[in-house]
Amino acid sequence: MHVVIPYVIAALLFGLGVYGVLRRRNAILVLMAVELMLNAINLIFVAADSTIRSTLVGVQPEAWSHTAPEPRSGSIFALFVIVLAAAEVGVGLAIILQFYRLRNAIAIDEIALHEADEQDQPDQQQEQVTT
Amino acid sequence: VTVADALLLALGAIAVGSGVLVVTSAHLVRAGLYLVISLGALAGLYLVLGAELVAWVQVLVYVGAVVVLLLFAVMLTRAPIGPSTDLDRPAGPATLIGAGVGFGLAALLADAFHWTRYDLPPTGTAERVGEQIFGGWVLPFEVLSILLLAALVGAIVLSRPDLGARADPEAADAPGPDPIAESDAVVARLERIAARQSAAQSRIRQAAAEQRATGADADDEKTGTTTTLNPEDAVREAQKGRAADVIFGAQARRTRLGGDEPPEPGTTPDDVIEGTATETARTRPRPVRRPAGSPPTDRPAIEGKPARPSRPAIEGESARPSRPATEGRRARPSRPAIEGEVGGEKPALDAPGRRPRVAGRPDRPALPSGDNSGKADDQEDDA
Repeated sequence: MHVVIPYVIAALLFGLGVYGVLRRRNAILVLMAVELMLNAINLIFVAADSTIRSTLVGVQPEAWSHTAPEPRSGSIFALFVIVLAAAEVGVGLAIILQFYRLRNAIAIDEIALHEADEQDQPDQQQEQVTT
Repeated sequence: VTVADALLLALGAIAVGSGVLVVTSAHLVRAGLYLVISLGALAGLYLVLGAELVAWVQVLVYVGAVVVLLLFAVMLTRAPIGPSTDLDRPAGPATLIGAGVGFGLAALLADAFHWTRYDLPPTGTAERVGEQIFGGWVLPFEVLSILLLAALVGAIVLSRPDLGARADPEAADAPGPDPIAESDAVVARLERIAARQSAAQSRIRQAAAEQRATGADADDEKTGTTTTLNPEDAVREAQKGRAADVIFGAQARRTRLGGDEPPEPGTTPDDVIEGTATETARTRPRPVRRPAGSPPTDRPAIEGKPARPSRPAIEGESARPSRPATEGRRARPSRPAIEGEVGGEKPALDAPGRRPRVAGRPDRPALPSGDNSGKADDQEDDA
């Protein structure tokens, strides 16, 4: 098996995820692109676990780690990342739905980052006029 | 090129191709379904790479739960069925950065590994993964479970704006959806409150007219007749004092009371008046002068009955805006109006029966030396 194949696939998926996060306005589509990036990382974990781990035969393990080199740590990391992604999607969708209920929109470049952006706009304009 | 390589190439092509469609599709629902295909192909990649448990967890969690959650969100935000035109920003910087990251990483990894062959390890079963999770990785596992719990609680709290709302009226002004505020019961209650307030205003107007009719020396009469008042006269006199309060001193008194808090027994406005007059007046025990004014039984009745239950009810409704975007902003300016009426009513209810007494006895705030005589008068009145 040529290990470069899953690595290149993971790199391309990560690039697609970055592109989607930067390109999309819809918050749900941004979350989908984030999922793509997380899955690319998962693929790198699993591929590295399946290939490089078998070559690390004579490497001295760290003092705090397990005594014997464990061959399945990448899978466990991938499982942890999946759990993290599930938590992220849950909280992210709660935020998105709450924002939709408040503003009837889920375009993330229309979100006012500060309350001042939304309420004090006349004041800001006045300040700009005065200055 | 072995069978594993062919499988990896095919599944990778599917994953990357549907990933491209995820980030470029103009249909929201189709983007979600392409995401299913991409994640499924990734599960196939995990299977080929020998991570069996990860593959099935991927199918269960991602394809089964996360994508369904995303599609739920698509539906709940009322996404259009057809293609949407406003899904994307200008493509320039995003394409540049995305392509740079993707092809840069791909070139880096390809340069690192070239075309090296590795032997695939034996397929890891769930048994071995489980041994390790509950062996060497048990602490991260527990931390992760706590994180999941926190995410669960956080999602619930985020979805319910009535949870965690502070009692601070400024913080309670934050707009949030509240279906209760739209219900008929609340509307009926608000109408009842409005009717009660209009009735109170007409009563106050009538009392003011009475007071105007009695003339300027009504205070002297009151001072003379406080000892012989029966409860009904006391109530009427309380209404007169209330009318005077509302008409002349409601605004200033409300600001001095400092808003919504019910006044403490020691900080009622009459005490403020007495306390500013002399230092001895503040320390004087209250039961001495209480029987001279209205009978002590009517005061809690007048004070406690309308003011206490009505105020939290009105504030609770007005502080909780009904609708998110539009009505939430409408509810904010309407709140001081409702509160102002209540606040105008409140100090009048606090004062009944005592204001005429204070006004009718000018020697008490003015002269500290006359206090003893006044107290003696009070005790004589008791006798």
